[in-house]
Amino acid sequence: MTGRLWRALVLLAVLLMLLGLMAGSSGLDAFRDMGPMTRQIVLDIRLPRTLGAAAAGALFGLAGAVAQGVFRNPLADPFLLGSASGASLGVALLLGLGGSAGGWGASGWAQRLGLTGAAFVGAVAAVLLTLVLARGLYHTVRLLLAGVVVGVVLGALTQLVMVSFPQSLQTMQGFMLGSTAFLGWSAVALMAAVWLLCAALAWGSARVLDALTLGEVTARSLGLPLGPLRLALVLSLALATGTAVAQTGMIAFVGLGAPHLVRSLVKTTHGPLLGFASAMGAVLLLAADLLARCLMAPQELPVGVLTAALGGGYLLVRLKARD
Amino acid sequence: MHSDTKAFQAIQKTAICARDLHATLGSGAARRAVLDVAALDIAPGRWTCIVGPNGAGKSTLLKALAGLLPCDGHLAWNDIPLQNIPVRARGQQLAWLGQGDGLALDLTVYDTVMLGRLPHQGWLETPSANDIRVVETALRTVQAWDWCPRTLGQLSAGERQRVLLARALAVQAPLMLMDEPLTNLDPPHQADWLEWVRASVQSGTTVLSVLHEITLALHADAIVVLDGGTLRHHGDSADPDTHRAMEAVFGRRLAIHRVHTETAGSQWVALPVLASEAQP
Repeated sequence: MTGRLWRALVLLAVLLMLLGLMAGSSGLDAFRDMGPMTRQIVLDIRLPRTLGAAAAGALFGLAGAVAQGVFRNPLADPFLLGSASGASLGVALLLGLGGSAGGWGASGWAQRLGLTGAAFVGAVAAVLLTLVLARGLYHTVRLLLAGVVVGVVLGALTQLVMVSFPQSLQTMQGFMLGSTAFLGWSAVALMAAVWLLCAALAWGSARVLDALTLGEVTARSLGLPLGPLRLALVLSLALATGTAVAQTGMIAFVGLGAPHLVRSLVKTTHGPLLGFASAMGAVLLLAADLLARCLMAPQELPVGVLTAALGGGYLLVRLKARD
Repeated sequence: MHSDTKAFQAIQKTAICARDLHATLGSGAARRAVLDVAALDIAPGRWTCIVGPNGAGKSTLLKALAGLLPCDGHLAWNDIPLQNIPVRARGQQLAWLGQGDGLALDLTVYDTVMLGRLPHQGWLETPSANDIRVVETALRTVQAWDWCPRTLGQLSAGERQRVLLARALAVQAPLMLMDEPLTNLDPPHQADWLEWVRASVQSGTTVLSVLHEITLALHADAIVVLDGGTLRHHGDSADPDTHRAMEAVFGRRLAIHRVHTETAGSQWVALPVLASEAQP
C-alpha cells in the first residue's frame, strides 16, 4: 500500500512538473513551438517556478505533519505558532516604512529579497514570541493558546500598519493571498536546502511523534528525551513554515490538507508520514499552480485563492463523509 | 497503619519506596494538596492494588510512584533513588498503562504495540527480531493478533484497552503500573487479565494497579487504601483490618463478604450496601 502511494505521488509530481513547464499564458505553448524564446521562458521562468512550487508545497506538507503530530490534533496547521501573522507583519512594516509600492514582486530583486527577509524575520520572531509566552514547550495547550494570542495581536498590528500606509495595500494583498509566480532559482535552492534540514530534524524525532499518540504521560514513561526532541520538532516546524511563507506568501490549506490526505490513504507511523506529507504537499501545490495559470489564461489567479477554495471543498467532503 | 512493615523489613528490598510524598495541583489561591503520603513501600514480586473513592488521589499516587508527576519527597525503585536512574533506564524498568486520555487513533494496532519496544531500541534503530517476537507474544496474550493492520480508531473501547495492555506488556519491564486497566473490559477479559497478572507476579514482576472493581482488587496480594490524598491502610488483601479500612473509606456503602463456591473455593467479594438497608 505504501509502495503504491509512493509511486503514485512521484508519478503525479513528475507529470504535473512537465505540464507546468509546458503551460503558459496561451495554453500548452511549449508543445507547439519550442523556439529559443520559449526555451528561455521555460528554463528561466517556468522551471524555477515549478520546482519552487514543489519545494514550497513540500515545506508546507512537512510542517503540517509535524504540527499535527506535536499538537496531537489532526486539524493543526503550520501557521498555528503565529508564524503567518508574524510574516505578514514583517512584510507590512517593510512596505509601510519603506514606502515603496508596486506589485508583490513586480519591482526589482532588491525589493523581493527585502520582502522575503522581512517575512522570514517576522515568522521566526513570532514563533519565538509564542514560545516565550507559553513559557517553553512543556504544555501543548499553553503553546496553542499562546500561538492564537500572537496570531490575533500581530494580525491586528498588521491591519493597523496597512491602514496607516494605504499605498502598500495592493502589495500586501498579494502577499496575503499567496503566489508562486515570482519564484526564482535562489528561492528554489533555499527552500530545497531548508526542506532537507527540516526533514532530517523531524525524521530524527519521528519516534517521539509516534509515542505522543499514546498521550503525554505514556510517552514520557517510555524514557524518551521528550524535551530536546520536541524542541527539534518545533524548530523544524517554524523554519519550514517561515521559509515557505517568506517565498510564496500565505498559501492556505496545503499544510493542513496534505498530511490529512495521506492519512486517509495509508496508515503509517510518523517517519514515512513526514515523507508522504511532503510529497503530497508538493503535488497539491504543483496542481494548484498549474490550475492558477490555466483556469483564466491569459490572466493568472492567485494560487492561494485556489488552494483555499479547493481545500474548503475537500474538508466539506470529509465532513459529509463523516455524517 | 502499616501492618506489614515488619514483613517488608525482613525482605529488606522494596520495588518502590516512597517517603514524604507531596503533590499539589493548581497554583496561587487554587493550589491544593492532592497527595500527602508519609511512607509507602511496595513489595517486589507481588501484586499490590490501590483502592479508594473518587478523588482519593489514586491516579496521582500511581503517577507519582512512576516518576511521571513532579512532586516533593523521596522516591526509590529497587532501593535506587529515582534521580540516580537515567530517563532511558527508567523507560526499560517501568511499564506504564495510563487511562488512555489524549490517545490519538491513527496508528495501527501493530505499530502501537511496537511503541512499547522504544525503551529498548537505540535512536533510529529498526525493530530487531526479538522486538518483533515480543510484540507478537504481547498481542497474542490479549488475543489481539488478528487486528494488527487495523487502526485504534477502528476498534471498540474494550478492544482498544486490550491493545494498550499489550503495548505495556511489550515493554517487558520488571515494574508494571496500571491505572484502571479493566476499564471497558468484559468479564472474560477481566478474568484473562487476572490470570495474566498472576503469571507475571509468579515470574517476578511487581504489579501495582489502581482498580475500581473491588471484588477483583481483593484478588491482589496487598491493598493500599487511599482517601483524601493520604494513606489510610496498607495491608494484606485477606486481612480483616484491610477490609474494615476499605469499608470505612467507601462510607460503609460496601461490605466485604466471604463466599464459598463449589469450583473456585472461597473468595472475597464486595457487595453494595443500599442506604435503606444500612445499619445505623
